[in-house]
Amino acid sequence: MSIMTLERPRAHGSAEAKTIEYSQPSESIKIFGFWLFLATDMLLFACLFATYVLLHTHTAGGPTARTLFDVPGFVAETFILLTSSFTGGIATYEMQRQRAKSVAVWLFITMLLGLAFVGLEVQEFIHDVHIGATMSRSAFLSAFFTLVGTHGCHVSLGIVWMAAILVQVLRWGITPQTARKVFNVGLYWHFLDVVWVFIFTVVYLTGMVM
Amino acid sequence: MWEAIRHFGDTYLMWREGPLIWGSDVLILLTIIGIVFALTYLKKWKWLWREWLTTVDHKKIGIMYLVCALLMFFRGGVDALLIRTQLAEPNNHFLDAEHYNQIFTTHGTIMILFMAMPFIFALFNIAVPLQIGARDVAFPYLNAISFWLFFFAAFLFNISFVFGGSPDAGWTSYPPLTELGFDKGPGENYYLVSLLISGIGTLGTGINFIATILKMRAPGMTMMKVPLFSWAVLASSIVILTVFPALNVALALLLFDRLFGAHFFTIAQGGNPMMFINLFWVWGHPEVYIVVLVAFGVYSEVVATFSRKEIFGYKSMVASLMAITVVGDVTWVHHFFTMGAGPDVNSFFAVSTMAVGIPTGVKMFNWLFTMYRGRIRLTLPMLWTLAFIVCFAVAGATGVMLAAAPADYQYHNSYFLVAHFHQALIGGVVFGMLAGMYYWWPKMFGFQLDERIGRWAFWLFNIGFYVCFMPQYALGLMGMQRRMYTYPADLGWGTLNFISTIGAYIMGLGFLFIVVQVLYSIKYGKRDVTGDIWDARTLEWSLPSPVPHYNFAVIPHVTDRDMWATLKEQGRTGELRTAASDIRPIHMPNNSARPFLLGVCFFFAGLGFVFEWYVLAALALLGVAVCLLARSFELHDEHDLSADEIRRTEALSGRL
Amino acid sequence: MDRRKTRRRAGQVGLLAVAMAVLLAGCSPEYMVLHPVGPVGWQELHLIVLSTVLVLIVIVPVILLMLYIVWRYRDKPDNKAPYQPHWASSKVLEFIWWGIPIVVVGILGAATVRTTYALVKPPENNVKPLTVEVVSLDWKWLFLYPDQHVATVNYCKIPTGVPVQFELTSDAPMNSFWVPQLGGQEYTMPGMSMRLWLQADEAGTYYGHGANFTGEGFAHDQFRVVAVGDEDFNSWVNQAKQSYPALTQAGYAKLKKPSVMGEATYSAFPKGLFNATVWADGGQYMPGMFNDVPGGKPDKAMSDGM
Repeated sequence: MSIMTLERPRAHGSAEAKTIEYSQPSESIKIFGFWLFLATDMLLFACLFATYVLLHTHTAGGPTARTLFDVPGFVAETFILLTSSFTGGIATYEMQRQRAKSVAVWLFITMLLGLAFVGLEVQEFIHDVHIGATMSRSAFLSAFFTLVGTHGCHVSLGIVWMAAILVQVLRWGITPQTARKVFNVGLYWHFLDVVWVFIFTVVYLTGMVM
Repeated sequence: MWEAIRHFGDTYLMWREGPLIWGSDVLILLTIIGIVFALTYLKKWKWLWREWLTTVDHKKIGIMYLVCALLMFFRGGVDALLIRTQLAEPNNHFLDAEHYNQIFTTHGTIMILFMAMPFIFALFNIAVPLQIGARDVAFPYLNAISFWLFFFAAFLFNISFVFGGSPDAGWTSYPPLTELGFDKGPGENYYLVSLLISGIGTLGTGINFIATILKMRAPGMTMMKVPLFSWAVLASSIVILTVFPALNVALALLLFDRLFGAHFFTIAQGGNPMMFINLFWVWGHPEVYIVVLVAFGVYSEVVATFSRKEIFGYKSMVASLMAITVVGDVTWVHHFFTMGAGPDVNSFFAVSTMAVGIPTGVKMFNWLFTMYRGRIRLTLPMLWTLAFIVCFAVAGATGVMLAAAPADYQYHNSYFLVAHFHQALIGGVVFGMLAGMYYWWPKMFGFQLDERIGRWAFWLFNIGFYVCFMPQYALGLMGMQRRMYTYPADLGWGTLNFISTIGAYIMGLGFLFIVVQVLYSIKYGKRDVTGDIWDARTLEWSLPSPVPHYNFAVIPHVTDRDMWATLKEQGRTGELRTAASDIRPIHMPNNSARPFLLGVCFFFAGLGFVFEWYVLAALALLGVAVCLLARSFELHDEHDLSADEIRRTEALSGRL
Repeated sequence: MDRRKTRRRAGQVGLLAVAMAVLLAGCSPEYMVLHPVGPVGWQELHLIVLSTVLVLIVIVPVILLMLYIVWRYRDKPDNKAPYQPHWASSKVLEFIWWGIPIVVVGILGAATVRTTYALVKPPENNVKPLTVEVVSLDWKWLFLYPDQHVATVNYCKIPTGVPVQFELTSDAPMNSFWVPQLGGQEYTMPGMSMRLWLQADEAGTYYGHGANFTGEGFAHDQFRVVAVGDEDFNSWVNQAKQSYPALTQAGYAKLKKPSVMGEATYSAFPKGLFNATVWADGGQYMPGMFNDVPGGKPDKAMSDGM
């Protein structure tokens, strides 16, 4: 119950038809708010993509995309992240069936995959820096590190957030509140996956083809 | 030891910079001592903490926004007077170039981001939930976070003048001038970091009010029954959501250039300054609509109320709001017609810019015909609205003139432009915010602001405005560029500049009258015992003034657009006064210290980035993380307000 | 109540007086924008006048209408004007005022587009144009004459009646090149080569100034444009070639350092200086930009030296 519940039964239809994360108006409005947040985050990435597209040929005599990118590395990152999106999806599915243990397990797997992804990315960055391809080398590299790094930071934050939710699910079970949190972190994770698909295409594939 | 202190004093406190800094230091110190003394003497510390710093109540947050906006209006106004004093005569040396540049930069930045923005948020918070029949905003906790991020960002920006130096590259902050190679000091970092912090808060507010207006309306209030002010807030929030990410990205990338040696906008290693300008104006132009749409909303409420008439052409008003929202997003290139975009691009953006004038013109006519066959009361909110119509008609006219790209080649960067946007922002936004403040003041505080002193303020401010800015149009046509700290005597610019300075001082006097008016009215202002002091039309006026913290004891069922006016007309106001037995306990959000602490953490993180003290920044960001995690693990953030207590409160205001 | 009306009337009279003063003052030559001396400035002035007239046609009636309505429907007990609190829509009226601004925007939009396209072409087709390359520096203006091979700082000599193609760039924070009496401004931006056609039909000295803020020395970022007859121009070029030193790479590097200085003349300058500057500051990433620039892409050795 919350300030929204008393006066707003009509907004979301009958409770039976809704899955648990939407079962209370106070929680469902938070999901709506989270969608709005994702919209702003999408625009943020759109601006970073625009910057990258503008600057990706501005290599100032330094390494180009083609010489820098490591195909097995980014293909592995892609597969890991896509898989984690799938396991994250299962976590949401299990949440809707109110199986707390199972949700925890799938969230944990998702986190591990996320960690593997971040690990690979950090490794890639360290390697780049070692061969002198740093952020201050060229505008292309500034844009590359910022775009991919912003995504990486998002994934890292997502892992921390997911860990917090995992603990909550284990401690409190699947309540409308924890269900909403599992749902939101799932949305966030899928969103990052979509962004990665764009990074894969715009940054890595285009970079290799050019 | 002594040496270290002296070094600190020279570098950060800038003791060598002369009386301007010393004066500011003394003023700040006196203010702090005054506040601390007053709070201690009156034993108000606990009250401050409990009632204000930890509150999540939208009405209190609104009031805090209002207080900050007025303080920042004062700061920005002082900047303006310093600028005008320097320009009063040719070859003046009241300020040197360095200080002048800092002052016009802080003037612009503060007026747009730390005055206009909190002012509109004040009105968002004060009016929207009450107008749409809600208990609070959708996310009260986030609302408090937004406020405290704004507050500490503004604080960070303001201390720059006496701690390390203010930004000095204009509020638009174009690179490469703002890159390390040309601008070494911490000032520019202050600009970037504080705008980023407040930008995050602003996004929160945008999300909050879209969710509030779309999801929390009282039963029966369909979108076509939503009061126009709330529509305007919705439109403004949508623009916030669409464009603030672009500003945040622009600022962050420039910050990366400055702090981490990146090359986004430098002129070496392949950077491209033009990208910043595009990102900046993708936000910067719609920003004007963010603030002015809200003012439009205020005018719609005020005109209908004080003409005792329904708003004319409600659907047209909504359509024009949305049209401005959409078209306003595709006009940004008109800020750089002179950057060689080519005739195709310039033609498109010239016409799209003029096209914004169409829905704006429609709104003008609708306001006029709302008054037509009404009964017009010239109260303070109405006076400011009428002044707006005149002032904004001219601003719109010069705006259309500026939109004609080839003509803009002559106006651009000149005082003609300066006069135009001051007319749009003062005539459009400041007048609107003042109208809104006068209109909702009784609702916030339970008393009205004194009419007589208010009229003095009104006339002084208005006359001062025209005396100040009309000569600037002429100066533009005489070829005077903006942002010159001084000018030669042989160009004939002296007289008009002097007149303009006189106008600025008259406006300053007008502001002082507003201050006096507030102080006087606290004691002697007319008390509002009915809750409906203006005989107004929307739901907020059905509540007592000031409004109890749960807003509505029982949420009303809405059947009409001007619900309260209809009920009054049909003698059904009793329907909103519920029987004691209908009152149920209400769940209210708990107060929380965390939004405030989060703001403090962001402040120190910001300071850390400004001076590249990364240990401080890291510790502060850790604090942010702790606050966020603590929130995540918070199981109960609401409490019950018992039916008895509500009955007691309602009975006290004689509503049972 | 009468007092209030008088006050309002006084305000109106005051406003009118200010407007008249501005209009009358507009006749004085200090209003550079209103006194153009070349075809570009004239075309822009025509658009300024057209747009002013059009917007006045809209806003003057609106303001008068507002004053009338406020007076006619004032809230006084003895006011006999009709009161219709529920009269809130009229298809005809709304159609009219969606229509009026659309028509105005249509007319002005058409004129704007026409002038916008006209100004990217040379103002005169029968005369061979002069090219002047302009580099804005902190805080001075360098003018290079690629065909005459001379250079100047902070003043620019041009022949009257000849269209001048200014090629603009910056080797410092961006600035804007503005000579109000010849015509509107165009930015100078690092790494880009921008074009601006101007022409002076009368001999004279015209005020020019950097219009975009460039930091500390901005207020002193002034230059002169001196328009003289053809013969005078040629003799000035000859004189410049004979009696002044050449601008060297080292000399350019010195000019580039932030400072405020007076005027200077050079008998020569490093070949391709302009294009090399543009190339080095970022023009290399937009090679297409050099296709129609005289001199084309700089050779590598030159741009490396920048």
